[in-house]
Amino acid sequence: MTERRLLRWLRPWVFPALLVGAFEWYARRAAALGSDALAPPSAAARAFMGAALDGSLWQATGFTLGTAALGLLLGAVLGIALGLVLGLSRRAAQLGSLSIEVLRPVPSVALIPLAMLSFGFGVRMELAIVAFATFWPLLVLVQSAVQQIEPRLLEVSRVLGLSARERAFKIVLPAIAARLFVALRLGVAVALVVAVTVEIAANPHGMGYAMMIAQQSFDPALMLAWLGWIGVVGFAINAGMVRLQRVVARRMGVLP
Amino acid sequence: MNANGRVGVMNRLGSLAVLCALIALWWMASNAGWVSRVFLPTPQATFASLLEGLNLRGSNGNGELLAFTQATVGRMAQGWLLASLFGVLLGAAIGVSPSVRAWVQPTLEFIRPLPASALLPLAISIFGLNPGMVLFVVAFGAMWPVLLATVHGFAAVEPRLSEVARCLQMSRAAFVWKMGLPNAMPDILAGMRLALTIALIVAVVGEMIASQSGLGQAILLAARAFRASDLFAGIVLLGLIGFASNALLAFAEKRLLRWQQP
Repeated sequence: MTERRLLRWLRPWVFPALLVGAFEWYARRAAALGSDALAPPSAAARAFMGAALDGSLWQATGFTLGTAALGLLLGAVLGIALGLVLGLSRRAAQLGSLSIEVLRPVPSVALIPLAMLSFGFGVRMELAIVAFATFWPLLVLVQSAVQQIEPRLLEVSRVLGLSARERAFKIVLPAIAARLFVALRLGVAVALVVAVTVEIAANPHGMGYAMMIAQQSFDPALMLAWLGWIGVVGFAINAGMVRLQRVVARRMGVLP
Repeated sequence: MNANGRVGVMNRLGSLAVLCALIALWWMASNAGWVSRVFLPTPQATFASLLEGLNLRGSNGNGELLAFTQATVGRMAQGWLLASLFGVLLGAAIGVSPSVRAWVQPTLEFIRPLPASALLPLAISIFGLNPGMVLFVVAFGAMWPVLLATVHGFAAVEPRLSEVARCLQMSRAAFVWKMGLPNAMPDILAGMRLALTIALIVAVVGEMIASQSGLGQAILLAARAFRASDLFAGIVLLGLIGFASNALLAFAEKRLLRWQQP
């Protein structure tokens, strides 16, 4: 029985351990042949410890996460607000449909040069792009969530003579809370990916830039350390959001 | 029915009017100078840049946007096709056996949230700055949604179907071909749609970083040279590429999944 449990605990780690081992072997052999493009994972771990001790790790991580969170906040507030309007009014949804269809497929990275031009480098450009990228999925998901609300709830609100604001905050938002969290979870994933992408492509701050600069200064160990750290941060945040979403769903009486 | 049709036409016209109003707002904002033209070119200047770049205005255009668009679309399409192919193959190989799934899936779930563009620095140091490198990252980044969707589709095969397969003594290949893949088809197509979006994004970022010729590099250079109208022309083209590819795939999805509808 205990062996079974041990196996279940170990099982997820076997495949990654094999991959890391193979990479270690390959990188050492490449280094022995005189290549400085790659570093073994053991060197990456040492570089990671160095970055963690001198504080550059936490500063860059804080910048990326903070900017992603602010951008998500901006995009989510706007997306949820417009989603509520379009979900509640069939007329508004039909009037806006063509504009949304035209604007939504613009890839968020296409706005990097534009944001660079109008905001310069720094927090604001990244914020704007993250907000743009998270705005659309939240808009679409909130709109469809509102459209699926039990119609009787809306009838009740009409019978009670609630104002539009009361209707939104007392009836609609509680009714879509569980779905809203699904949408927010997606938004968190998008925000993180877009923030790192903006830093890699242009913005000289944060985790993406730290990885880019490590590559450009021929420090493959540090670059791999950043790559692994970005993966860990992304995984931890996504896993946390999944858990949070389950708790909310249970609280709201929706079985996961 | 007739009244319904008329309402539909009215709605279409209404949403077209909203779009025109947005463009008119853009026109007013840029022409009246509410926003500096350094950042926001006028719609007519953007349109002129588009016409010139796409060589639609007789002989005086240079036609460079046309070549850039072809390069970006080509990179996106090739990367996406490779991603779909390898995603489905690997996904089927992993998904068909529950024990392989149990060993490998946690690793896949770990890699899933990793931004595809984060692999660019690694790929640059392994392959160097060349078109193949960008193509590799596009294909690798776009492969994940297809792969995970295929694994999920195989995992969700109705248990009774696998029992039927066992009773019929189907070979594993026959099971994959006749039951697994058709069952996973809706998931795979949804994953391929997501993969197309990712492919476009990674292609553009790759062009920006590795300076491969394409729309990504073109808009970055336009921004650096403060040529706002060229920048907007590039953004418009990228939006069109996204719109057209998504519409094509949605159409294909409808055709391919017709057998599912009752």
